[in-house]
Amino acid sequence: MLIYILKRLLSLGLSLVAASVVIFLAIEVMPGDAAQIMLGINASPDAVEALRQELGLNLSIYARYLSWVGGLLSGDFGVSYTYRVPVTEMIGDRVWLSFPMAIYALVLSTLIAFPIGIIAAAKRGSWADWLVMGGTQLGVAIPNFWFAMLAVQLLAIKYHWFSAGGFPGWENPFLAIRALTLPAFVLALPQASILARVMRSSLLDTLSEDFMRTARAKGNTRRQALVKHALRNAMIPVLTILGLQFSFLLAGAIIVEKIFFLPGIGSLIFTAISQRDLIVVESVVMLLVFAVILVTFVVDITYAVVDPRLRRKAR
Amino acid sequence: MSILSISGLNLTIGTVPILRDVSLSARAGEILAVIGESGSGKSMTAYCVNQLLPRGAVATGQVRFDGQDMLALDERALCTLRGADIGMVFQEPMTALNPVQTIGAQVAETVLIHTGKSKAEALRIARDTLNRCGLPAAQFPLDKYPHELSGGQRQRVVIAMAIALRPKLLIADEPTTALDVTTQAQILDLLKGLVKQDNMAMMLISHDLGVVADVADHIAIMRKGEVVESGPTAQIFAEMNHPYTRALFEASNHIPDREAPAVDAPILSVKNLVRDYLLPRKSLFGPAPKFRAVNGVSFELKRGESLGLVGESGCGKSTLTRAILGLEAIQGGEIVINGHRIGAGQFVPRELRRQMQVVFQDPYGSFNPRHKVARLVTEPFHLLSDPPSGAARKAAIDKALTEVGMHPDDADKFIHEFSGGQRQRIAIARALIIEPELIILDEAVSALDVSIRAQILDLLADLSDRLNLSYLFISHDLSVVRAITDRVLVMKSGEFVEVGDTGRVFTDPQHPYTRALIEAAPILEITP
Amino acid sequence: MMRAFKMPGFLIGFILAGIFVLAAAVSFFWTPDAVDTVDIVNKLHVPDAKNWFGTDHFGRDIFSMIMVGARTSIAVAIVAVGIGMGLGVPLGLAAAARKGSILDEVIMRTNDLIFAFPALLIAIMITAAFGASAVNAIIAIGIFNIPVFARLSRGAALSLWTRDFVLAARVAGKSPAHISFEHILPNILNLLIVQGTIQFSLGILAEAALSYVGLGAQPPTPSWGRMLAESQTMVSFAPHLALFPGMAIVLTVLGLNLMGDALRDLFDPKIRRDRA
Repeated sequence: MLIYILKRLLSLGLSLVAASVVIFLAIEVMPGDAAQIMLGINASPDAVEALRQELGLNLSIYARYLSWVGGLLSGDFGVSYTYRVPVTEMIGDRVWLSFPMAIYALVLSTLIAFPIGIIAAAKRGSWADWLVMGGTQLGVAIPNFWFAMLAVQLLAIKYHWFSAGGFPGWENPFLAIRALTLPAFVLALPQASILARVMRSSLLDTLSEDFMRTARAKGNTRRQALVKHALRNAMIPVLTILGLQFSFLLAGAIIVEKIFFLPGIGSLIFTAISQRDLIVVESVVMLLVFAVILVTFVVDITYAVVDPRLRRKAR
Repeated sequence: MSILSISGLNLTIGTVPILRDVSLSARAGEILAVIGESGSGKSMTAYCVNQLLPRGAVATGQVRFDGQDMLALDERALCTLRGADIGMVFQEPMTALNPVQTIGAQVAETVLIHTGKSKAEALRIARDTLNRCGLPAAQFPLDKYPHELSGGQRQRVVIAMAIALRPKLLIADEPTTALDVTTQAQILDLLKGLVKQDNMAMMLISHDLGVVADVADHIAIMRKGEVVESGPTAQIFAEMNHPYTRALFEASNHIPDREAPAVDAPILSVKNLVRDYLLPRKSLFGPAPKFRAVNGVSFELKRGESLGLVGESGCGKSTLTRAILGLEAIQGGEIVINGHRIGAGQFVPRELRRQMQVVFQDPYGSFNPRHKVARLVTEPFHLLSDPPSGAARKAAIDKALTEVGMHPDDADKFIHEFSGGQRQRIAIARALIIEPELIILDEAVSALDVSIRAQILDLLADLSDRLNLSYLFISHDLSVVRAITDRVLVMKSGEFVEVGDTGRVFTDPQHPYTRALIEAAPILEITP
Repeated sequence: MMRAFKMPGFLIGFILAGIFVLAAAVSFFWTPDAVDTVDIVNKLHVPDAKNWFGTDHFGRDIFSMIMVGARTSIAVAIVAVGIGMGLGVPLGLAAAARKGSILDEVIMRTNDLIFAFPALLIAIMITAAFGASAVNAIIAIGIFNIPVFARLSRGAALSLWTRDFVLAARVAGKSPAHISFEHILPNILNLLIVQGTIQFSLGILAEAALSYVGLGAQPPTPSWGRMLAESQTMVSFAPHLALFPGMAIVLTVLGLNLMGDALRDLFDPKIRRDRA
């Protein structure tokens, strides 16, 4: 088990290094001189040159990469070209909106998907199965930004069940959760649909395995066999999808934040791109990718907990 | 007193009739063997007893178990019988166990479902039962997982689950088919012992007369959903009233007529051949460890000779085959084909490859399902520098198909239109089409029913006589090897433990492993 | 293929998706009204006999705009699937043919790396670097399709490489590349068609999302996503502006998914041994 974790950690480290190189190079090829942008078009060439010196833009590409990564590791994300404030400060509060929202959506998605996926598989061919399959088919097809527009119109503006947008901060957790509920639900809906379908088909596959027949031959009822033997085995493909979904939820959050006027990472990245504030773009993208890779790592470890066959290699 | 008596049982799945008027009975302390080829309905008969039938199955007639009518019981009542009074053992031990639960938990589950015993008590019973099934606590603690056990050990766990509550009836559906011969003999011994100790009845389903001949008290022979003959074992073997029984018996003892014109010129010789595999790395650093699958073996195969290669799974026989076929480079020694030498690190060149062809085990997986027979059988033409085209190609296809008893018109059909036996004929046609001198038969008849197997063996004998072919015949099935080969190589752990004339090796085996193999093999004695 | 039309799911999906493909094709020759002329007098009309889906804030006919917008959606999605298949499948086949080699490692690790970037993030970075346009949207969506097809074809090919008919082809002396194209590719085609349908529908959703945030097709090219973005401020008093483009997206995607699901059922060789 320990060797398995170490191997996954090594792979996590390599992924982070590879991702940081890709992001750095992508930003590198983007047009525009940071110093020029910060000082405006009318700045004197001398002032621009001085700023380039100050920002370290004249150093070699290797030196700049290393200083960027070194900064990231020590928690120093650099200084925004546009606002002249540390990027860490700009990200600060916004992280506490975007990540809780993505996790909230993940929890919602799981809470919706698991029961309906299990019911659909257990009652395969019944009206409940048809309802789940039809409903999830629709859930996958609805673009979340459109659904958000309609939901805001109906549930927030017309009936005032939820807030139509904005975020009051975490001082009052109840209000904060209320503000995030509709966005998180909008985010969760397509993911829950996908997850429910994966849960159903994985469970159906497991139900046709030989060991399920063994379980029935021991005297388990259909329900007992499903709960005791099928669920845990069916979880393995479901976990894979769950891991991938976090990445979709983070990306989806960028759009949903725009609709609900939420001051999160997403709105930051849009502003930063339009202002060519590359250091902010660079750091925010790296942060998101780091979150995704971290979730992949957690999923890998969970695999080993669920499936003893993976632990073997470590013994 | 019969524990189980089936009378007038009919079964349909959807609109397809599966069983017709089946009648059987099994008594406590006795073994009833139900024999039949694939599609005979033998397994479905067993599933009628504990009512684990596929969707859409409708059974009528009577299945009385321990005084109750199984067809009339509701699901709740059936659940209390399954596992407690009726145990079941399955064919595939590799997939019959839940991969994410320990063996202890899985055996204890039987106890927990049916009795009010505590978890600790259930685990204690599980321990006892595993001990009885030949899995002692020292090597097989309760917290082992299925993937840590071999096929035979897993089958013992499945048996332990089935007998933990000392059921009155044990149903074993081809319990040894997936196992090696020596393991098969041990599992049969175990089952036989358990039947006597617990005085239970056992219904043993098998396709192999040889397997059940020694252990069964009663035999029922099934064909196309009907019981054609049943009775005490001795009586069945003595009388063989029904022609199908006789045919089945003869087919499993079938020895094709062969002349042996082997000349003393080797077509293939292998000297000190070594094949290593790289294993997955154990540590993060350092070289990957090696596994020596074939460890310096040598043999010669003469022109016109049929040479057997026998061994259990994992002994290295498939690896050796792949090396000879030139699919993988060898790490030591040499292969000489028709006088051309291939050494370590070299691949077998194209000109030599066309002198060898191969027939595989699985008649269903050996062909690309998207191609027609004509294209399938001409695949080896790729080895020729100037492959025939047009009329010559058509003539070659016709000849190869006719040679194996198929019709030239079959060339325009897809492979799914043929049965298993026909596919194996087409596989032989594919091997013959470039007129090789050596054909490697890799378990080529192992997947076939006995009656079909006998026909294919006849075909092979006939072809070798007429075309002067040499065979390297690889099999785990000793009776087949005995029937068709002149000499035999016995392989174990990457080495040959015994080499000699087939007759001599079978009547007077020298190596203890050969002896163990032959003793374990279920070979029917030929009685007049 | 004809068997597919006997499945109700496929038929419904085919009709739904077919309507929009047809609308896109017809829009090249004819639309009920011009989509590039501003007609402020007739702005924000509700649906009536003349403007079936009403008009927008510039007085343009929404029905006509949806027809033309279908072109953008379908073109972007098709080209993106083409990029994904064209690059992903050969890479996946090559990785499977040389399983465990350096090539395999490099291809699979690169795939993992792309997966680590949320798809929209790639799109944002590309458009940030090269500007927002339909072409860049295609590239962004296409890049994300590559690992999807590479993984799928590698996985399916690996299981085929263990089959005896591939072994027979190797005995016949055929090279891995030859075998990949003659034996492997035709046998994974079904899977590729199913996945292609699904990626096609995902591509339409992704294009709509990118256009919605202003990173996709630029004016004056009509696009469903941008129609929704423009409608956002007016949705409370002119809901038809948001309703029809949204429905167009939902129905197209739904149609494609229904087709994909039906095909998957049709091609699935697994015979389920359900027990009572």
